Amino acid sequence: MEFILKITRSKGAHAIVSGIFGAVIGLVIALALRSIHDAIVNSLTIIKPPQIAYDFLYPTIGALLVAIHTVIGLGSGVGLFHNTRLGRFLYYAGASAYVWGLVGQAIGLLLGIGIIDGLRAALGYTSDAANIQFAGITFSEGAMVFGAILSVITFLIFGGVLTDWFKWMVGAETPLHHGAPEGMPEWARYLFPDVNHKVIGIQYGYTSVFVLLVGGLFAILFRLELVAPGFQYLEADQFNTLFSAHGIVMIVAILLGVGAMINYLGPIMIGASDMAFPRLNAFSYWVGIPSITLVLLAMVLGGWDTGWVAYSPLALRTSAGVLLFMLGFYINGFSSIAGSINMIVTTATMRAKGMSLFRMPIFVWAALAASLIQFTATQTVGVALTMTVAERAIGLTFFNPETGGNPILYQHIFWFYSHPAVYVFILPGLGIISELLPVFTRKPLFGYRWIALSSLGIAFVGFLVWAHHMFTSGMNDALRIPFMIATMLVAVPTGVKFFSWVATMWGGKMSFETPMLFVLGAISVFLIGGISGPILGTIPTDLHLHDTYWVVGHFHATMFGGFVFPYFAALYYWYPKITGHMYKENLGKLHFWLMVPGFWVMSFGQMSAGIFGMRRRIWDYDPSLGLQTTHIMITLAGLVIGWSVLIMVYNFAVSARTERVAETNPWKSRSPEWQVPSPLPEFNYDVPFEVVGEPYDYGLADSVYTKAMAAAD
Amino acid sequence: MNNSRHLAIVAVLIVVATLLLRVFFGWLFTLPVAASTQAGPIDGFFSIHFWMISFLFALIMVLMLYSAVAFRRRPDDHEDGPHIHSNTALEIGWTVIPTVIVLGFGVYGAILLNNLIAPQQGEITIQVEARQWGWKFTYPEHDNLVSGQLALEIGQPIVLELSSVDVLHSFWVPEFRMKQDLVPGRTTTLRLEPTKEGSYKVRCAEICGTGHADMRAEVLVMEPAAYAAWIEEASNVPVYAELEPAERGQLWYSDPNLNCVACHSADGTALAGPTWQAIIGRQEALADGSSVVIDADYIRNSVLDPNAQIVAGFQPNVMPQNLADTIGEIEQNILDTQGTEVDIINDLIAFMETLQ
Repeated sequence: MEFILKITRSKGAHAIVSGIFGAVIGLVIALALRSIHDAIVNSLTIIKPPQIAYDFLYPTIGALLVAIHTVIGLGSGVGLFHNTRLGRFLYYAGASAYVWGLVGQAIGLLLGIGIIDGLRAALGYTSDAANIQFAGITFSEGAMVFGAILSVITFLIFGGVLTDWFKWMVGAETPLHHGAPEGMPEWARYLFPDVNHKVIGIQYGYTSVFVLLVGGLFAILFRLELVAPGFQYLEADQFNTLFSAHGIVMIVAILLGVGAMINYLGPIMIGASDMAFPRLNAFSYWVGIPSITLVLLAMVLGGWDTGWVAYSPLALRTSAGVLLFMLGFYINGFSSIAGSINMIVTTATMRAKGMSLFRMPIFVWAALAASLIQFTATQTVGVALTMTVAERAIGLTFFNPETGGNPILYQHIFWFYSHPAVYVFILPGLGIISELLPVFTRKPLFGYRWIALSSLGIAFVGFLVWAHHMFTSGMNDALRIPFMIATMLVAVPTGVKFFSWVATMWGGKMSFETPMLFVLGAISVFLIGGISGPILGTIPTDLHLHDTYWVVGHFHATMFGGFVFPYFAALYYWYPKITGHMYKENLGKLHFWLMVPGFWVMSFGQMSAGIFGMRRRIWDYDPSLGLQTTHIMITLAGLVIGWSVLIMVYNFAVSARTERVAETNPWKSRSPEWQVPSPLPEFNYDVPFEVVGEPYDYGLADSVYTKAMAAAD
Repeated sequence: MNNSRHLAIVAVLIVVATLLLRVFFGWLFTLPVAASTQAGPIDGFFSIHFWMISFLFALIMVLMLYSAVAFRRRPDDHEDGPHIHSNTALEIGWTVIPTVIVLGFGVYGAILLNNLIAPQQGEITIQVEARQWGWKFTYPEHDNLVSGQLALEIGQPIVLELSSVDVLHSFWVPEFRMKQDLVPGRTTTLRLEPTKEGSYKVRCAEICGTGHADMRAEVLVMEPAAYAAWIEEASNVPVYAELEPAERGQLWYSDPNLNCVACHSADGTALAGPTWQAIIGRQEALADGSSVVIDADYIRNSVLDPNAQIVAGFQPNVMPQNLADTIGEIEQNILDTQGTEVDIINDLIAFMETLQ
């Protein structure tokens, strides 16, 4: 391991990888220019470029672009452009665990494919129809599966994520390293496996926003196809791959965002210096990266059209991309399970003096409930995915009825995780709403204990409702009724949250900075998600609405209201804590006023189309339904949402350099992290605090939540 | 202003907003035409739900927006708000009352579901078979007549016996409101009684692959006389000996047992399989890198062994693997009943030749 790390940190290897990196960028630019060129030329009917341009000019331009970028890459790799900001960035990025991990992943994938197909060839097994062709290479599905599994391990090895554990095996000393790798500037620590929970939280944060944008781009692409009936520019298989990838990529983005909030906020809210298991914490983040790569690779290697649910037998018959997608999904589960163990143990054992459970910040309750679900449910979706991959790749039989399997069994195992998982997505966000409301209404959180317990109540009831995704599946009627009743009961703890939020606002002194706007937006959007739910829970109405756009509207409202809006509220709210700078308030408000109406139109539009007969997951719709106007509205609203998120990214990117330095407690919060200057030091609190009051006693004279402990004696 | 004044204003606003929202949602969330007996109580339940949705949306939004206006912080006010942190009676109330209401909805849903799936007086059976990507309807009451259309008689209760030969599909006619998945390896059932004359569509509602969006079939609900005439005409088997091969080929092309039309267009449209327009004599690149000029032999091989020579850009395992058996059965049946020997693949090739 040391050996690999030595190579990855050596000057020569660094330069080669940076060179390849540059060459790839050059190639991408050349191809992009070529497709823009082709699009223009294709629209011209008479004027065409002469043949010599194709024979000589374009290849030359392409080769020059690749060559120039290769040289720049090589140059930055040896530190040639160190006097420019971009040159320095390229230099350290070329050495980063991201780039080297991806190099390792590519090696692992090719190695795995080579081993299996080499063995097959050596033993004289001829390939059958289940082969994948890519870039002139043909390989079998089994080889791809093995290569994908191996590629995750090689990513982690090359990225240096497993180094300490390998050292333990040989008994070497592994002190926890704090700060950037040797010889690198402070900011470069974000490019490497780092054990500090705040660094990991921020890594989760920017990765989640990036992945959110990728998933959003997929949505925009297929929404544009739907602006009119008939073929626009995406073929059925391309559309199917895009919507399937949109689903899983967004789920990964949400899990990353949840990880960002839990990792950054968890320890500082309870007064811990770090997470209980720092190395495991780094592992949780880094294992997510190769899982994303596998999902994106699945789109290229065949694509797939099962949606993110991957029901058998379709998953057993469709194109081979489904296997990579399932493996990527599976690997992401490692991240969830390891992350949740850390959160549960940290909360259980590392709280500040005096912080009893009912004196924890309300977000910690929500994060704990979400972690308990992740810890106990993620394994079952792993089972469902493993069984499908095993059935397809090595011929075991579980779900295919032709060989004695049961397709409905898959749905039960899949939803046993995947329903509770939606509460993993929304509980931390709902915690953020409860956390921020008292600050901006200057009033105590109404019914703190009921809200805290309602999170656990949702987590518990959430385990008993999975089969409501299967009301039309053909499962036994006697099973349908209890699942309907249990599903309706979810409304009760959810309702408690709404009523408590409204009661918190009532009679308060509300102010409307950007975080508060996003909190109010979140409540309104989650309300749309909430009230459109019971109609899906009662079977007679679900028989009509199941698998329609009503469902699409319902869960996008719950995901945006329960995750996206509160997550953005959290990003704005803690941005000064993270960076020490204030964001631009006017851009934040612009973001809000674009996104909220955009989302309302999108959500109501989807529900309206669904109840009238628009099915989910179709690349083309019947013009006789008369739904084109609705679809145009949904697409436009989606575009507005997409642009507004880019405004936020711009705001955060420039504010860290230019905006005024934030005061210590800009929101006048009682929470401990706001009582000390921003950003927080490496171990959070130079002087530990103890809890001496209730967290949300706004309006109670002379009360505080925490106070710094007297110097240790 | 004191608290009860605020509450009185809010109560009025909630009532007004509920009524306005009910009207708005009634316009926004339009159900398709109701064309079955079962749609009646389901639509009634929808209406109850929409009242509830309107009320809850009004309740929370009015309270929130009213607070945002009435309880906003004045610019010069740096004091905190009142220290009110809980009210046990209120909290028990907003836990218990919703519990009772949602349980009521659940029980009503159970009773309704029980009625929807109960056997109906005098119902007749129609078998529905789905495959990637088409529907086949068999009428046991009419000598096992097979059709690609679902023909129904007004007022005649039916029970659909649903099955799938490959992956999951879902039977949904929005106008009938009911939906039921078709699961390979088992038979599921759906009961309904059509009540409104008209032409509707059954749409597959469970993602089933490339052709999912286009997996539709016509549903005809007819008066008894028209229904009888439809059965008469559909049962009228052509005398195959009197037809030209290309004419027979056209019949096989859309025959629900073979269902070529689901994936192969005759007009150049790209579907899950290569188009048949100008297919004979066309040069195609194959997935294994070789290329082939399409002739009668290629067609015959591709029907009998679909995965052997896949055209580049198309997926293997999409075309049914058992077409040879299906074709053999149809040919044998014609030989038995009409004494005519037909070669279905030959007929199809003759039909393709007309599509130049």
